[in-house]
Amino acid sequence: MSSLSKAFTSSIGKKFVMGLTGLFLISFLIIHVSINALIFLNDGGETFNVAADFMGHNIIVRILEIGLFLGIILHIVQSLILTQQNNAARPQKYAYNKPEANSKWYSRSMGLLGTLILMFLVMHLYHFWWPTKVAVYTHQEHNTFQNIVMIFQSPIVVAVYILGVVSLGYHLLHGFQSAFQSMGWNHKKWTPVVRTIGVWFSIIVPLVFALMPIAVHFGWIS
Amino acid sequence: MSTGNMNLTLKVWRQKNKNSAGKLVDYQLSGISPDMSFLEMFDVLNEQLITKGEEPVVFDHDCREGICGMCSMFINGQPHGPKDLVTTCQLHMRSFKDGDTIVVEPWRAKAFPVIKDLAVDRSAFDRIIAAGGFVSVNTGNAQDANALPIPKVQADAAFEAAACIGCGACVATCKNASAMLFVSAKVSQLALLPQGQPERYRRVQSMVAQMDEEGFGNCTNTGACEAECPKGISLENIARMNRDYFTAKFASEEEV
Repeated sequence: MSSLSKAFTSSIGKKFVMGLTGLFLISFLIIHVSINALIFLNDGGETFNVAADFMGHNIIVRILEIGLFLGIILHIVQSLILTQQNNAARPQKYAYNKPEANSKWYSRSMGLLGTLILMFLVMHLYHFWWPTKVAVYTHQEHNTFQNIVMIFQSPIVVAVYILGVVSLGYHLLHGFQSAFQSMGWNHKKWTPVVRTIGVWFSIIVPLVFALMPIAVHFGWIS
Repeated sequence: MSTGNMNLTLKVWRQKNKNSAGKLVDYQLSGISPDMSFLEMFDVLNEQLITKGEEPVVFDHDCREGICGMCSMFINGQPHGPKDLVTTCQLHMRSFKDGDTIVVEPWRAKAFPVIKDLAVDRSAFDRIIAAGGFVSVNTGNAQDANALPIPKVQADAAFEAAACIGCGACVATCKNASAMLFVSAKVSQLALLPQGQPERYRRVQSMVAQMDEEGFGNCTNTGACEAECPKGISLENIARMNRDYFTAKFASEEEV
């Protein structure tokens, strides 16, 4: 195996890919949450629909979307390989283990949180991504804002969305700073800054995401 | 020799050899002094077992002053027990209460097979060191002591990394049985000094390759290793090793 391919398949290389794809997905979250926030202009979804329409039709965004799906798939595939190897590294478990004494539960539960996010994502894509695709390829008008208002009438859907973004929040709380560490970016001056930004990012982004279904459901937005 | 007044129930992992299945066995101990070290408490247990004609518990120990890295033991769910920055030999019975039940298991990792009872084979660490944890020196007259100026900050960081005693607590407590903290300390202590530069990028690649070959897990940055390390080795070393590894793989033209 060449040095370069070994670089990606070694334990450190796989973590590098996890961190890089993770940061890429984080950059997507920034765009997603920014566009979502447009509904709080409370203009009947006018500005929001313009942005949603742009995201649905612009050619550069369409290409980036393929990259986004590849990023998600790579992130998942790597995590499956890593988890399988990590389980194999300790065939006999401890009879008595006290992991809470030295690490955070969400740091140890990234696989579980990731699975919850994936389950949420499948439902989320079915709700919002799929209808826009159908509209684009059948050349129909699609009012994303109206779709939102309709779907968030159900309190169960709202509750599931909140659970989804809470999982995302905890996943980010570990993942944000962990990505930097995996890629070797640990620095006496910068790491505290990265950690602080990571914590705020993990609170603010899921909070803004959660506010959307809540606001729509309770009719704060019309 | 028991002069204290503590009564304890021990649940100790007994395993005949590498291939046999082990199990937790209960032992009652009385008259344990709170001033005893955890290993001295095990000495008392073993004397009792020998007197009764039973097989004593095998456990690793050597210097009993916290510098050799030989003592192990996963005590009540934590490597080296509940105290921070101590090895098992420095853990005293005053850290427990009269009437406590204490569960003692060996380090558990595929790369650390149990030899017998609480003793595990940590030669995987030796093979990682042998793969690259060395520097080349010229023979002949000794160099002048200060021939190579090293800034204090660098020297301190290298010394902190070099404090690793190779006990394996990081592997034992890591949910993935990853050896990253150990390997990164051994990489860093040399990468930080001028004497370590000639082999720097070959070293990190060889040692990581050996680490992967031994069957340790992958690092998920939970920080458990740093929290449990008896010598306080920092996670900064892991990031430094990652940096050196990428630099080596992408920039160095030497194939390892």
